[in-house]
Amino acid sequence: MAKNAHNKDLQVAHPETSHAHGEHHPELGFWRKYVFSTDHKIIGLQYGFTALFFLLFGFTLVMIMRWQLAYPGEAIPLIGWLFSEESMPGGVMLPEFYNQLGAMHGTIMVFLGVVPLAVGAFGNYVVPLQIGAPDMAFPKLNMASYWAYFLGGVVMLSSFFVPAGAAKAGWTSYPPLANIETMGQTMWLLGMVFLITSSLLGAINFLTTIIQLRAEGLTFMRFPFFVWAQLITSFLLLLAFPPLEAAAILQLMDRLAGTSFFMPGGLVVSGQVMDISGGGSPLLWQHLFWFLAHPEVYVLILPAMGIVAEIIANNTRKPLWGYKAMVYSVIFLGFMSFIVWAHHMFITGMGTAISAFFQITTMIISIPSVIILSALFLSLWGGSIRFTTPMLFALGFLPMFGIGGLTGLPLGLAPTDIHLHDTYYVIGHFHYVVAPGTILALFAGIYYWYPKITGRSMNDLLGKIHFWGTIICMNFIFMPMFIQGLAGVSRRLYDGGQLYQFAQPVLKWNEVMSIAAWIMGLVQIVFIVNLFMSIRKGKKVSDNPWEATTLEWSATSSPPLAHGNFETMPQVYRGPYEYSVPGNSRDFAPQNEPEEKVSAA
Amino acid sequence: MDIPYTVTARPDTGVYNAKVGIWLFLASEVMLFGGLFSAYIFLRIGAPAWPGMLGGQLYKTSFDILNVPIGTFNTMVLIASSVTIVMSWASLMMNDFGKYKRYMGLTILCGLAFLVVKAFEYNAKFSHGLFPAEGNFLAIYFTLTGLHGLHVVGGIIVNSYFWGPGSKMWKTDPKRFTNRIEVAGLYWHFVDIVWIFLFPTIYLL
Repeated sequence: MAKNAHNKDLQVAHPETSHAHGEHHPELGFWRKYVFSTDHKIIGLQYGFTALFFLLFGFTLVMIMRWQLAYPGEAIPLIGWLFSEESMPGGVMLPEFYNQLGAMHGTIMVFLGVVPLAVGAFGNYVVPLQIGAPDMAFPKLNMASYWAYFLGGVVMLSSFFVPAGAAKAGWTSYPPLANIETMGQTMWLLGMVFLITSSLLGAINFLTTIIQLRAEGLTFMRFPFFVWAQLITSFLLLLAFPPLEAAAILQLMDRLAGTSFFMPGGLVVSGQVMDISGGGSPLLWQHLFWFLAHPEVYVLILPAMGIVAEIIANNTRKPLWGYKAMVYSVIFLGFMSFIVWAHHMFITGMGTAISAFFQITTMIISIPSVIILSALFLSLWGGSIRFTTPMLFALGFLPMFGIGGLTGLPLGLAPTDIHLHDTYYVIGHFHYVVAPGTILALFAGIYYWYPKITGRSMNDLLGKIHFWGTIICMNFIFMPMFIQGLAGVSRRLYDGGQLYQFAQPVLKWNEVMSIAAWIMGLVQIVFIVNLFMSIRKGKKVSDNPWEATTLEWSATSSPPLAHGNFETMPQVYRGPYEYSVPGNSRDFAPQNEPEEKVSAA
Repeated sequence: MDIPYTVTARPDTGVYNAKVGIWLFLASEVMLFGGLFSAYIFLRIGAPAWPGMLGGQLYKTSFDILNVPIGTFNTMVLIASSVTIVMSWASLMMNDFGKYKRYMGLTILCGLAFLVVKAFEYNAKFSHGLFPAEGNFLAIYFTLTGLHGLHVVGGIIVNSYFWGPGSKMWKTDPKRFTNRIEVAGLYWHFVDIVWIFLFPTIYLL
């Protein structure tokens, strides 16, 4: 209540300044303004809505899979008739279709859902505003990046409709299986080439923008932590994706030109010796793939940490604990993430010496992650916490990501990994990192920056229902995976392990997990309603409703297009989180307000 | 408010935006070709003989199968084009647009000459039944030189644009146009350097 009253004061203090500038720019038509836009805010929203669509789509795929896992061989009610006879005859899922759903769920969630939302959407919308820039450094490249992503998505979706369906070799596309797969795999590779191009253009743009377009006085150690997270993320995208592009090119050559980069000689498929030259190595793919895919994990998690850091500083009303340590940790983490990849390959027989090396680097990389997480926890100490909706999601992120991180340690040690490799334990581990971890943080970011984008806040009650429903269901989905995994159930079984004696005691969890997944699907409807309804019906708020310090809150809400973020380049006077500074008139000191304005008169 | 530092350098970093962008792009290109070179090393270490059996014939060294004099000639052509593109940029710095046109034209011609020679080389392999599927040596050869060839094609397209329609900018915004040629030159040097690594690794080692 007190907060609302304060907001009204602020609104009076900041009269309507939007639409005042931007008039001298020629008015663009609908297509140039909203479709082929070069404005970072519109592109950010395009990324955001497309990525949210893909998140929902990828989640739908898994909700269908979970029916098969809970009730193997039973016809799917209600929606069974939607699918063709080749995938679900009589509503009963075929193993081939289950494999398609599994491979595409992973691909869509990682490459079309979470990364575009975390980097494409939040990075595009927020980073230029947080560094006081009029736009991204290369607006046309920015547009090209979005449309490459969009095309990649179209290619991936259309692969469901080619003969024999979409890719079935898992999101990791290991050869030789992937090499002898049906046409869907070629589509997968082509889709990846588009997505990699998109990430590359985006990464170049973010890095150049952050390095070159910082406002006057905004030194690197005055960056909000979110900007640091995006900076390191962009470096990872820039340098880790090209080797996967190389691998995709080689696999395309294998599939289309008949080469044997990943094919050993004398390979027997369906009782027939394959007519290939041989001499290649399936391990080569795994090395190239994981050289990307491990840094990719940090691409998924760093922007989330950045969002959580912003929200925690803002809602505890105090500076982040150990900002410098967090910054050095994130830099070190980015560097280390390039030399841990082979911990995904302990059981491939690559040798104990190499395993020992990657085991050590993996243990080392856990240190900076723990420093960041500890700093975020310690930031709560002694704060006067405001339990706003974004803060709830941010607080939920901390223990959930903690579980995800700590359960990763046994996977990083070769001896324990031998038992856990390719079981449901692995699925549980990385879903705790990415789903209750990153996705909670992304929701937090949506609730947090929504007022900046629309000028209205999202409904608090619906937000809280969304939060509690999501976090409870997520734990019911992913916690039993640890139990199943420790019992030894493989992650790739299309009947959930019915045929295995050792799996019997833990099979009962399948139904629990599936029901939790479907309830969570229902809870997301609350979010979708809230997201769209609040555009028109949400409570109108001031430009700085959270009383935050970083630069994006000094711009007007839904800032004008065509480089109109700020009327003049802001001048930055201080670090990002000067909350509750003794002797100041208010409990927050915006980065762009000179000393005489913030200190008590 | 326009996007700053599109033409002039930012005082504290000392560079304009596009220069940062192209260096970052080249860093990612290094990783792309780095990945492919690593694949080459990985496969070659595991191979019993290199180039080995190709098309029913045993090759003991790579120059039994690839034409080293022609490869050397092509290396010279690319190095020459790197010189001419620097000259074209230098001509703009000295305000001599006519000279720029000549040097940029020469750069484009060198690029085309490289591709024509490469096409003859490819054709010679194909006509002897030496296709990528025959063995990993040829697979590596065609993939790496093919990808490099695509980079050459890309460079020629960009350079031709700056030689032709894109050069109108010289009249309206000479400083920015000069920057563009500098950036195009950096890319072209990179394409050249990739070849300088490719040639000895594939043709000579």
